[in-house]
Amino acid sequence: MKPPAFSYDAPQSVDEVLGILAEHGDDAKLLAGGQSLVPMLNFRLLRPSRLVDLNRVQGLSGIEPQGGGLAIGAMTRQAALERSQAVARIFPLLAQALPLIAHFQIRNRGTIGGSLSHADPAAELPAVMTALDAQLVLRSRRGERTVTCDSFFKGYLETDLAPDEMLVEIRIAPDPAHSGSAFVEVSQRHGDFALVGVAARVTLDRRDACAAVSIVLTGVDTRPLRAREAEAALVGSRLSAEDLRAAASVTATKLTPGSDMHASAQYRKRAAQALTERALAAALERARSSREPA
Amino acid sequence: MEKRMVRMRVNGRPYEASVEPRKLLVDVLREDFGLTGTHVGCEHGVCGACTIQLEGEAVRSCLMFAVQADGAELSTVEGLAADRQLSPLQESFSEHHALQCGFCTAGILMSLDSYMREHPGASESEIQVALSGNLCRCTGYRNIVRAACAVSSLAPKEERDG
Repeated sequence: MKPPAFSYDAPQSVDEVLGILAEHGDDAKLLAGGQSLVPMLNFRLLRPSRLVDLNRVQGLSGIEPQGGGLAIGAMTRQAALERSQAVARIFPLLAQALPLIAHFQIRNRGTIGGSLSHADPAAELPAVMTALDAQLVLRSRRGERTVTCDSFFKGYLETDLAPDEMLVEIRIAPDPAHSGSAFVEVSQRHGDFALVGVAARVTLDRRDACAAVSIVLTGVDTRPLRAREAEAALVGSRLSAEDLRAAASVTATKLTPGSDMHASAQYRKRAAQALTERALAAALERARSSREPA
Repeated sequence: MEKRMVRMRVNGRPYEASVEPRKLLVDVLREDFGLTGTHVGCEHGVCGACTIQLEGEAVRSCLMFAVQADGAELSTVEGLAADRQLSPLQESFSEHHALQCGFCTAGILMSLDSYMREHPGASESEIQVALSGNLCRCTGYRNIVRAACAVSSLAPKEERDG
């Protein structure tokens, strides 16, 4: 239960980090908040020969307004996002999900970029960022590129990051007008990884029909699962209770979650169906109330 | 691996040690600094026994390396009773019999001390959520919650609704 030996770098700038990654990327692991990586090291599930600590790097954390949305530095702590009034105002979906991440002591260290780069399919932030169509800015000595969450999350703990690349910033455009969102999950104990979670955002058009919708599930696949079939069925609909129920049903039918000591596949499917319907209903109610004159 | 010198302030006093980069902060506190009030339980961030405060914020000292705390200001359970006078939270723990075997107590005190400083007048249910990151294997939660609520109810009323 003690980590294997590694060499340790504590660079102060992104350039220095990229230099180390260019040279040692294959053997190096970036250390962000450490709330997932250090347990894996303690269990010796990972044995990187080199740890590159990002905690002293300048310019990687902060929450900046950008085009009505936000640009969030990768090393921004989850606790800082939770305290941010801009996050609460602009991204209620993110604000709802944050208190559900582990415990406050973990959020004091855990970072948004660390959570996304770790890419645990049961985690909240990868699903929320997928639902919000966030853009992820990746940098290496070779240059910078911006990718969607859909191309970033490849599989279980697997991302599109090349060995010499790091996630530096998350850019999120504001919700379209007349949107509402909801994040719901079921877990055995408060702060546990959820068995299943659902992030939903509903946008209404001028006639109160569905202009756009995001439905993203945690815990049912090897990566955040976007329920594309249900989304396509809802767009243009009047979002009646039956529409939502049908969307939840088609979402659950397509799932092939695993069984483990925490829950059976059957339970996960039923939870996914119930939570999808619940998240859609809550998101819709908020979208409709955004429409009412103040 | 080559050892490194780390220096930090713990409970207002300077400490230093030469440590391997892989050495966990909790192990340096206990073994190198002799501050054995902080306990080490699960070593993967779940049980909360090793919770300390880093720059005033509650964190798991089993999920940090001591080299990361070089230059930092920490507090541990030994720092709560300034001048050998128990803190109000500690007094309340004693009053309400909020500890049994005591293994989880240091982590719980450090979590609650930090949480209640940020949330004076927290409600019972808020305290329960704040406590969810600390396991008590004696299952003595009722008295722990009672002890915390007793301190919380002393906070000014107007702050309670804020």
